[in-house]
Formats: sequence, structure tokens, C-alpha cells
Amino acid sequence: MAEILRQESAAILRGESTAILRLDGITKRFGPVLANDGIGFALAEGEVLALLGENGAGKTTLMNILFGHYVADEGTVHVAGQELPPGQPGAALAAGVGMVHQHFTLAENLTVLDNVALGTRPLFSLSSGRRAARARLRQLSEDFGLAVDPSARVADLSVGERQRVEILKALYRDARVLILDEPTAVLTPQEVDALFATIRKAVAKGLAVVFISHKLGEVMAVADRVVILRRGAKVAEMRTAETDRHRLAEAMVGAEIVPPEVPPATPGEVLFRLDQVSVAGSPGLRDASLALRAGTITGIAGVSGNGQRALADLLSGLAFPESGAVELKGSALADWSPRQAVAQGIARIPEDRHATGTIADFDLTENAMLEDYARPPMSRKGWLDWGRARKRAEAIIEGYDVRCPGPSVPIRLLSGGNMQKLILGRVLEAGPAIILANQPTRGLDIGAVTYVHRQLLAARERGAAVLLISEDLDELRALSDVIHAIHDGELSPAFARGEITVKELGLWMAGQGGRHAA
Amino acid sequence: MRLEPVEAPTLARRLGYPAAALAATVVVAALLAAVAGGNPAAVLGQIVDGAVGTKFARLETLNRATPLIFTGLAVAVAFRAKLWNIGAEAQLYLGAVATVLIGTQSGLPGPLVIPAMAAGAVIAGAAMLLGPTLLKTKLGVDEVVTTLLLNFVVLLFVGYLLEGPMKDPMGMGWPKSPSLPKEARLPRIVEGLRLHWGFGLALICALGVWLVQAKTTLGFEMRAVGLNARAARFAGMPVNAVLAKTALISGGLAALAGFSEVAGLKGNLTADISPGFGYTGIVVAMLALLNPLGVVVSALFVAGIFVGADSMSRSAGVPSYIADILLATALLFMVLALMLSRFRVVRG
Repeated sequence: MAEILRQESAAILRGESTAILRLDGITKRFGPVLANDGIGFALAEGEVLALLGENGAGKTTLMNILFGHYVADEGTVHVAGQELPPGQPGAALAAGVGMVHQHFTLAENLTVLDNVALGTRPLFSLSSGRRAARARLRQLSEDFGLAVDPSARVADLSVGERQRVEILKALYRDARVLILDEPTAVLTPQEVDALFATIRKAVAKGLAVVFISHKLGEVMAVADRVVILRRGAKVAEMRTAETDRHRLAEAMVGAEIVPPEVPPATPGEVLFRLDQVSVAGSPGLRDASLALRAGTITGIAGVSGNGQRALADLLSGLAFPESGAVELKGSALADWSPRQAVAQGIARIPEDRHATGTIADFDLTENAMLEDYARPPMSRKGWLDWGRARKRAEAIIEGYDVRCPGPSVPIRLLSGGNMQKLILGRVLEAGPAIILANQPTRGLDIGAVTYVHRQLLAARERGAAVLLISEDLDELRALSDVIHAIHDGELSPAFARGEITVKELGLWMAGQGGRHAA
Repeated sequence: MRLEPVEAPTLARRLGYPAAALAATVVVAALLAAVAGGNPAAVLGQIVDGAVGTKFARLETLNRATPLIFTGLAVAVAFRAKLWNIGAEAQLYLGAVATVLIGTQSGLPGPLVIPAMAAGAVIAGAAMLLGPTLLKTKLGVDEVVTTLLLNFVVLLFVGYLLEGPMKDPMGMGWPKSPSLPKEARLPRIVEGLRLHWGFGLALICALGVWLVQAKTTLGFEMRAVGLNARAARFAGMPVNAVLAKTALISGGLAALAGFSEVAGLKGNLTADISPGFGYTGIVVAMLALLNPLGVVVSALFVAGIFVGADSMSRSAGVPSYIADILLATALLFMVLALMLSRFRVVRG
């Protein structure tokens, strides 16, 4: 079987076999940015093609063109030999292209069955056809290993289950090409395994799958062939059987990546302690206990939306505990606000650097002084000292390698990585004792990710206590001295470095820790 | 068709489109004048002449601009912090009421009465806007609705005052308040010329607002809250307190328009003291891109159109309503021009 596949895709590469999907010379500009530069590839039935590239490499743009959300400036898309009219998602759907977006597109207040059947039935019909639809959905669920209750409301489903519904939706419409955009970002390790099993069942039945990702391990595990994008252009195409992670990474980044070394930790005293703390919210935080020690990095692993926000808000000064004891540098929390948190020496790297961490239309000088504008030397008696503010911004730009035209450009013109570097500079300059890093590397390219990691490790070396909240298990396992999983607002016990396997961590992230894990 | 942001607009782009907007406004005005039966060139000439052609006209324009500077500043300050104060009209009227009450009832000695009137007006206007702002920050009530509707409440309240408790017993039945005594009237800037110190105060206020916005921590907070309240809160800014302070400044500025009209120009309070200065202040502020110094320029422009159109209608027989249409056209073209200077239109 595998041999046949290989021959087939080789034939596709030579242009001898007809492909189920073919993209030719796709070019797309957004203003001055060349998002896609003459990209082309072909895909056969029964094949998994991975589209690998860093954030901003042009993967999602390319798929949006394929699906008809965007109109390409140049290039064509063929499905089963037929050219797709540009800009018509309906045509793509009819031709058998199904897409599972990174952010799901489900109607939350409808049932699974209604979501799946939505738009597939004629507008006016005497019989609703629900019985047939239900039977078909059941059959698909069984065939592809996508267990989900057809009559459950989508709002009540977990993120993993919602993804299954999205896939079922595509299969229900007789998709022949299934596009999965970063499908593992929201899953626990166990759910990732189940998804891969589904993908294998799908290709065995002759579907073609496009798997978009920036995670090398997953690409190696699930794909037959890899197309690598960098800065909008296709830089390589390889068969996974004939390559390895190392070569993929090099092709993706364009340079060799050296992960930072993590020296052994020298734990100091507890700087921040939660004892049976609850914070309101959905899910909020329930009876969480945690201790951040000087000179360590504490990692929080979890699927997003499981209480990470409440934990981050608590440390940021935005939330106040409902019950339980919070101890900051040995004394109980009294007056608590974001300004108080800053004054207590907590460096806060927020989850959303665009909406929370910076003000888009403020320039770099203004963004650099957001947290301490009200104190000398940035201001005296209410009067701002713009000269000093500008000097400080210049110092951060210099010291933290922020690539920008100068301190007086609006920060919205900067890339995510440079924006994050400015935030790092803003919060780390004063040598804070406690650092909250909430998804500090999400959406950054590998160079910026490595930079952020080095900064966090340097702060740990200096004796800071770091709380690292992340959805990237590789990152967490590489950096964390202590790791907790979070599920539905509850924190798992603390595990020291190397004390827990990915599998066990996955169970804790799914709320089944301690039960199945031996 | 789509819009794509222009990342770094050139100076030509930023000034060219607004200039084109003004040109387009003139063209529309000429067309309207022709439709109304006038000679377009003559009508436009008479508007300009009526606004700045004579010494009297120029003073009249400055006088008309004075309340517009105050209400324009009030709107500019509030909008900058995304506090949508549509109630400058109400704040103006309450300021006028406070001015008359203190001016006629307090019995303060001469040099104290004018500062007391101004202070009273500011307090009344500030309080008027503080209510809706607290409703917004505490309960999430939309201030657009509350401030807009309170305009009508206050206008009716003033009508009641002028028919009842504040009615001038010597007014021969007209709904007007008693006149201010001489020492409670704002002096002329130059003796013999019909321009009072309200205009000077307006200029000082514009400079003050600019200083606050550009140089102080409060101004920094107001701009930050307006651009991104969430990031401002995260950074440690007291967002609700900033909005409350903004409301006090904005309401106070609008009330000074009432103070200036009563103490500088009219000498008493009638229910028609403002022909919509509060609402026109929104136009003034938008034309000035919420820049406090720009407010002075745009207030002069708007006042010039009104004064010039009044004068033109007397001689050319074209209705002075053309001024309203001109302003509306200017505003629409200007908004369009501003969008076009920041975005380019792309096909597909």
C-alpha cells in the first residue's frame, strides 16, 4: 500500500498522474506584503500532505485561497481536474473540499446533528430527513472513529469534540480533500493520537488530507509528503520517509536552530504562593495550590480555556481571589490591582500582545512607558518627561533587539516578535522578582521564540520566579523545573522536571490524571 | 472592492485628500446656489465677504466661533477618551443657568462675581456629564443614549425655569431671565469693539487642553483609555477614574460656552440662547480631528460659514439654510477624505 502511494505521488510530482488537488503559481499580495509567492503543489487521493511553515509563512493564506475565502492575484486551483472559480467557497465545497479551521465555525446553540446537516438540505421540503441524516452521521462516526453524540449541543462539547464535529461536517458533505488548519493546537496528547488515527482511516478510504502545522514531530508522524513554506514561498518539498526533523527544521527556518541550554536550577525561597485559592469565572480557578520559587520556572500545561486566564489575571492584578490564601513575598495580598502588581515587581507578559499588551496606535515610546508613566523619572507631579521616556524606549530597542525604524513609529507596524521584545524590555528592565509569561511565544517565529526562551532562562538564572503558561508541551517540558497541568480550573499536583511523561501529563490535562496514571 | 491600510501615509496623501474635500464642498455649494436661483460665484463670494469682508463681519465671526470653540473642545476631549458626549447642549444650558443664578442672586462684590459665575457654570456642566459617565462605568449604560436624551430634558427644564422661578418680572411676559448687572458682564477685549473676553478664555482653554493632552499623565491616560481601554487597564491605569475626570473636563468646557454666551454676549438667559452649539461642536471637533488647537481653526471656519451665509441670504435671496448643507457636506467629505488618506481602495 505504502509503495503504491509513493509511486503515485512520484507520478504526480512528474506530472504523469492526475491529482485530486492541484495548485499552480498561487500569488497573493496584501499591500506591500507578499503573502504567497508563486506556490504550487499537487495532491493525490489517499495521501497526507503536510504544509509546514512558521507563523506568517503564508500557510493559512494559501488555504483560504484554495477554499475561496480570498481571491489570488495570480494562479489557479484545480480539484479533480476542474478549475475552481476564484472567491467562491460554495464552489470549493461542491467540488469536495472540506476545511477545518483553526477557529471553529460551529453554531454553538445547535446540536451536533443540526450543525453537520446545516446547509445540506433543501430549503423547502416536506420531510426534514433527520432520521436519514442521523443514520449517516452515525455511520461516519463509526467509520472514521469520531465518537460524538449527535443530539448533544455544541456549546456543551469540549474543544476536542468540537473538532470532531468539524471533521464530520466536512465528511458529511462528501469531502474528497480535507484541509486541517493547525488541528493539534487545541488538543491534549491523547486527542492528537486519536486525530491521527482518524486521518489514517480517512486516507485509507481514499481521501486526500492537507495537514497544516508548524510542529515537526506531528508532520513526521502523520504526513506522507511535506511542502515547506518560508516567507510566502515554497522552499522545499520532501517525502517524510526520506527526511528527518532536523532537515525539516532547517528548511522551515532557513538556518540551523540551536535550542537554548537549560542549566540546573538553584531553587530559592517561595516568592508567590497560592493555597486553596478560588477565583470567579468560567472556568475560573478552584482550590488551586501553587508555589513559585526564586530561580525556577514553573510551567502550566493545559488546553486553552481551562482556567489559565483566571490564574494569569490573579497574578496580573486583574482578579482577586474569592477564597484561599495568596502570599506574595511572604505577606498576604491586601490592596490588589494591576498597578499594585507592577509596584510589587511582578513582570507581566500578557497572553494577547495586540489587545492587552500594547496600544496599537501608540508609538514605541508610549508603549514602553505604559506601566510606569505615573512615577518618576517618567513623570513628575503629573507632568510627563518625554525626553526621558524616549531615551528609555531607545534603550529597550537597543538592549532587546527590537527591529523597528525608531521609537516614534506606531507599534502596530511591528511584527509580533518585535512587539513581544518591546514588552519583554518593558517588564524585564527593572529586574523583576516574579515573571508571569502567559503564552509568551504563541505566533512567533523560531528566532523570536528562542529569544524569549533565553530571556526567561536568564531571568531564572538571576533568581526570578517564572510562571510559564503555555499550550506548547515541548516548550513547557524544555523550560519548566516544575510543571502543573490545569483542567477546568483545577491545578494538578506539581511534578518536577522529568517526573512525568507526556502521556500522563495529557491525562491530567484531560482531567483524568491520577485515575488512569499509575 | 476592499480597503487596504496605508502603513505610512505621505504628507501629500494626508493633506491632499482634505484639500480635495474642501474643494468638493465648494463645488457642491455652487451647485446648490445655482439650484436655489442665485449666481454661484456671487453667492460664494458673498458668503466669504459676509464672514471676513468687513471689520464687523470678522468680529461677528469671532463672536460666533467662541461658543463653538468651547463645545468643540468639550467634544474633542471626551471623544479622545471614547466617552461619547452628545450632551454638550445640555451642559451648555446648565452652565448658562448657573451663570445667571450666581450673577443675579449671589450679591458677591464686583471682581469676584465673574470668577464665581464661571466656576458655578463649570461645576454644573461637569456634574451634568458625570452622571451619565458613572452610569456607563458602573452599570454599562450607553452614554450616547443618556447624554443625547438628557439634552431634551434639560432644554424643557430651562423652559420651565424661564416661565417660572427664573422669569424676569420686568420682562413684559417674555420667557427670559433677569439681566446680569453690569459688573457681572464680561468686558470687551478692545473697548468699543463688539468682542468679549469669552473668546480669549476659549483660546486659553484650547491651549490648556492641548497642554493636558500632550504633556501630562492625565492626558496620556485619556488617550490610552480611548485607544485601548483593555490594555490601559492591564497596564495599571484607573480606567473608570480617568473616564470620570474626562467627563468633568468635557462637561465643564461645554458649560463655559453657556457662561460665555450669557455673560459676554446676551446678558440674560433665553431658551434659544444656543442654536445647537452643542451639536455643532461635534462637527467642529470631528473636522479638527479632535485636536484641541485644530478646534479653534475649525470653529472659526464653521462660524464663518454661518455668519457669511446669513449675510449672503439677506442680499442674494438664497436661503441661509445653505450654511447647514455646506457644513454637512464639508463634514461628510472630510470624513471620507480622512479615510482615503489612511486607506487605499483595492479591487477584488
